[in-house]
Parts: sequence; structure tokens; C-alpha cells
Amino acid sequence: MDWTLYIYKTIFLFIILLVTLVVAMYSTYGERKVAAFMQDRRGPNRAGPFGLLQPLADGVKMFMKEEIIPLSANRVLFILGPAIAMTTALLTGVVIPWGGTLTIGGREFSMQIADLNIGILYVFAMVSIGVYGIMIGGWASNNKYALYGSIRAASQMISYELAMGMAIVALVVTTGSLSLHEIVQQQHGMHWNVFYQPLGFLLFLTCAFAETNRAPFDLPECETELVGGYHTEYSSMKLGFYLFAEYINMFISSAVIATVYFGGYNMPFIDQLGLSPNALTLLGTAFFFMKIFFFIFLFMWVRWTLPRFRYDQLMNLGWKGLIPLAMFNIVATGVYYYFFELT
Amino acid sequence: MQQLTNRSKVVSDKKMTFLEKIYLPAIVKGMAITLKHFFKKKSTISYPEQTRPFSEIYRGQHVLKRDDLGRERCTACGLCAVACPAEAITMISAERKPGEENLYREEKYAATYEINMLRCIFCGDCEEACPKEAIFLTDRIVASEYKREPFVYGKDRLVEPLDPTKRIDISKRQTESVLKFKENKRFAHNK
Amino acid sequence: MVFLFYFLSAIMVISALLVVFSKSPINNVIYLIICFIAMAGHYILLNAQFLAVVHIIVYTGAIMVLFLFVVMLLNLNKAIIPQKSAAARVLAVVTGGIFFLVLLAATRQTFVINPRYAFTSEIGLVANVGKTLFHEFLLPFEISSVLFISAMVGAVMFGKRDHAAGED
Repeated sequence: MDWTLYIYKTIFLFIILLVTLVVAMYSTYGERKVAAFMQDRRGPNRAGPFGLLQPLADGVKMFMKEEIIPLSANRVLFILGPAIAMTTALLTGVVIPWGGTLTIGGREFSMQIADLNIGILYVFAMVSIGVYGIMIGGWASNNKYALYGSIRAASQMISYELAMGMAIVALVVTTGSLSLHEIVQQQHGMHWNVFYQPLGFLLFLTCAFAETNRAPFDLPECETELVGGYHTEYSSMKLGFYLFAEYINMFISSAVIATVYFGGYNMPFIDQLGLSPNALTLLGTAFFFMKIFFFIFLFMWVRWTLPRFRYDQLMNLGWKGLIPLAMFNIVATGVYYYFFELT
Repeated sequence: MQQLTNRSKVVSDKKMTFLEKIYLPAIVKGMAITLKHFFKKKSTISYPEQTRPFSEIYRGQHVLKRDDLGRERCTACGLCAVACPAEAITMISAERKPGEENLYREEKYAATYEINMLRCIFCGDCEEACPKEAIFLTDRIVASEYKREPFVYGKDRLVEPLDPTKRIDISKRQTESVLKFKENKRFAHNK
Repeated sequence: MVFLFYFLSAIMVISALLVVFSKSPINNVIYLIICFIAMAGHYILLNAQFLAVVHIIVYTGAIMVLFLFVVMLLNLNKAIIPQKSAAARVLAVVTGGIFFLVLLAATRQTFVINPRYAFTSEIGLVANVGKTLFHEFLLPFEISSVLFISAMVGAVMFGKRDHAAGED
């Protein structure tokens, strides 16, 4: 067995885990700052310079708070809920190609933990399991608002998964591969998929908002109607896990969007720079993260701009708007490739 | 009916056009607005370090003034308590003993004088009612407390310090109109 | 690999048994989900990644969510489940036993599995599955999709009927 590879993968796994957590942590800070700036405020600026230590303070606060498990709640499932939410959120990062290959001591190390040949489906699988975290947590709370929240979450996620999947089907027609690694490599330079699949990108983006329960699709935790939605009964770090999972999901969704539609770690004019391969790889990763941060910003930007959908509007948009559009997109892509590309 | 503002719009439930139906132009427009605000000057300040300037006639915590010789001006007439719409003021009067002339200006004075700051609405009616120019509202802010009791301010916190350097400045409250009002014959004894 | 196989099998068997024996409907559904995830693990051991992921997306991620949905809304608990009489239980065991015998008899003939294709580690990969599905099994595939469409239309019709009647 190749031990260096094992060691490398393990270390890389931990780095990805760490990066995911740190980015999610600072997303909370970013969210508050973005919200503040868009509302002409200043946002957190007391803990540390520019309030940079705010996430730590929030984390400490979350840990220090009293842990309450309602008497009438189902104890096991109540604890299982946030655990599933967090786990599935973290699991998705495994298939994302964070960069090209690094050459260290004559050996090549890929900056991707697992290059599954069905990578993009794996992302879907993890997202679809993620629903259970919300559903089980909401039901186990034994609270009608929590149950409402979890039911909304489940129906919303199932509905939007369909349109999301169809948007990806059209994309797969153009790429001919389900592996995220290959999809990224095909977008070398400026051949980003967003230019070939603009409609698909819009559909995917909309569905990504819905899948991560972000505004304007944050009905599961819609505080004006449902108190706190599925995490009404949660307190302390269990609540923290739910909130944190949302930010991790946002990070991963941004990473997936950047990978699939915006060329991943590819950047324009990469061949003309004349740098060493390792430097190019690191530069590509940096560029990739810039794209991810832009999409995280977009998530926040939309959240602090658009009002929340009503439930029937949400279902209307999903089933009568996005799914027919996605179907049209598949057919159009198929027709185009049948007549113009494959001949 | 006469319209109150010129901003009202006639409600219509006309069918949306295609561009309106796909929402995208409206979304882009909205996002442009929020982005514009992103770079705007912040309308908040970092409070404890920076403070906003008070208005000239800000009505904050009360002060019971002393006269130039350091004697309390209040004569416990009770007009302020009568004028108070929130019934926040109570007082007990006492007669000045011989030898206390350097403490109290009038023959009758307030032995206790309490303002309940939780009831007070800072309207300034007490100040207007006072014939002795004894009570004024100042630009000081009533401090927050954890309990209700400390909000009842007694004479210890209302009467200004004896030390001439620590006197509370109320000259801003004495605007021309106020002075003119006080020049009324009834208040001539203040001169 | 062998260890993983036995590990997953143990999880599957135990959770499958718990599906049957557990009293609370919610727990039944959750054990079934665990069972399905373990099954996806088996697919991965066979290098059928596509099948594994589709299994998770479709069965675990969609169908079981609906199951859970319904069970949550019905709010079933131990007290509500009706207790069958002793005779009904005996009958159920007998019928089940006979069905099992028939199954055994049917499968005994084909016990020596004669696979149509020699097993290779490539067989479960997405390209191969796609080719098999859209070449050799195109007709069954399309017919099943027609079946699904008709089921969907039927469901829509059921949903619509009351509404239309109300308008008349």
C-alpha cells in the first residue's frame, strides 16, 4: 500500500475540514457585516479589530448557554437531528476539487480527496440525506411549530431537488461526465459552463438557495410565522450546530456552483502566466476561493435584499416555474448537441 | 376625499407582463439598491466613543439649582408637582430654622424632594411651573439601573453641588422666550 | 473488504429486523433508512457507485422522506395501533410461511445463479449502466417511464377532482 498517499489524504482531509469550519465560522461574521453594511450600519466591531473575534465570542456563548431538552421530546432523535445536519453538511466537501495537482518530491498529489466518477450525484445524495437532520429534529421536539418547520423543509427540499437535478442533467449533456474533476478540467481557461448553460445556472442557483434554506426560501425557519421553525426547541450548541450546518451548506453550495458553472480552480490567461506548475495550482486554488467567497457574498446579498416567499408561491415557483424551465433546458441542450455537436 | 400625501398610489390588479412575471429585472433592481447602500456612509456611530451632539434644549435629568450664594432656591411650593402630568414629583416641606439662612433661600424649603425617573416623561412642565427658577432639565442622561428603587431620585442626586466649579450649567435652557416669560410681573420677586 | 462486507451486512440485518420489531412507527422508518444506507454501502463495495448514489438519492432521500412525512403527520403511536386477535395472528403466520415456502420452491430451481454477464468491477459504473439501460433494456425502460407518467397523471387527477366538482 502507498502510505504517503494515505498520510497525504488524511492530512488533506483535516485541512479541508478545518477550512470548511473556519469559513463557516467567518461566514456568520460576514453575514452580520454584510447585513449591517446593506442597512447602513457598522456590524460587529467590538470583539477584536473590526470585530474579527466575534465568531469566537459567539461560539463561546453558544457553548456556555444552558442545554435544554424538552421533557416531552424524543431524546435520542432530538440529539440525532443536529448531528445528521452537521455530518451531511461536512461530508459534501470530500468530492470537490479544491485545486489542481501539487508536485512534491517528484510525486503528484491531487487537491481533491475523492475523485468519484459520479461526484456530482454524490453531492445530491448528501443534500438529500441532509433533510433528515431537519425533519427528525423538528419532529423530535414535539412542538407544532417545529413540526411545521420540518414539514416545510422536507417538501421544499424535495421539490427543489427535482429542478436542481434537471438543471444538472442539462449540464451533464454538455460535459459528458459526472465527475467533478473532469467537469473542472473541461472548463480550462475561460470555457466556463455558465456561458454554455446560462439558464441552467440560474435554475441551479435558485435551487441552491432553496436547498440551503436561505432567504428568500427560508420558510422552514421563518420566524414571523413559526417562531424559530424546526429549531424552536433547540438551545445551546445543538442550536449552534443547526445554524452552523446552514453556513457550511452555504459554503459547500458556493463551492459546487463555482466548480460546476464557473470553472472551479481555472482562471483566465492561466497559460500565459508562465509560472511553475505548483505556483499555478496554488494560484488556481486561491482563485477558486475567491469565486466561492463571491458566491457566499451573493447568498448574503440576496438574503438582505429579497423578502421571503409565501408557501404557495414557493411551491408554484418550484413546480410550475423551475421544473418546466429545467425540462425545456434539457430538451434544448439535447437538440442542440444532437444537431450541431455530435455530427 | 382630499389626499393626505402625494405618495399614495392607485391600487390595480392588472395582469403582470412577462418581464414582471419572471421577477429577474425587479430582483436585479433590488440588489442594485442594496449594493448602493453597501458603500454608503454609515448612519450609525460607535456610541460610547462617539456621541451625537445634544439639542440646545435637550430635556434630560433634572437639577435643583442653588443661587449665587449656594442656597437652595426651592421653596417647596408644590407647583411643579401639580404641573407634572405623570405625577412623578413628591416633596415634604419644612420651615427654615434660624441659622440655616445660608442653606435655604426662602423661609420654607423642601426637606425631601423626590422625582421618580421611571414615571417622568421629561416634558419640562415642572421647569415652566417653577416660580423660583429652582428646577431645570439638563442635558444629562438618566443612568440605567437594575432595580426600580434607584430610579427614585432624592435631593442627594437632584440638588447641584455646592462647589461653584461643579455647578450645572442651565444657561441653554434660559432662552429669550423663557426669560421674557419669566419677566412677567408675577415673577418679579426673582430679580 | 471482507470485514466491511460483514459489518454492513450486520447493520443491514439488525436494522431490518428492528424495522419489523420496533413498536414506534417513526423508529421503523428510521431503521429502514439505516438499512438503505447500509445497502448503498454494499453497492459501493461492488464498485457500483452510480447505483449506490441513485439508491441514496431516490430511496433514502426522496421516498423515505415521504414515508417519514406521512408517519409524522399521522402522529401514530403505540396506543393507536390496533391489536389483532390471536386467530388473525396465527393465520398471518401460516400465510406468511406458505408464501415463504413458495418463494423457496421457486428460487430452488434457479439457485445456481447463471449471470448474464461475467462480473467485472466496471459493470456498475455510470457509463456501463447507461449503455446497458439505453441499448438492451431500452423498451422496458421506456415502458416503465410511461407507467410513471400515467401514475403521475392519475395522482394529479385525484387531486383535481374535488376542486372541479366544487366549481360546477
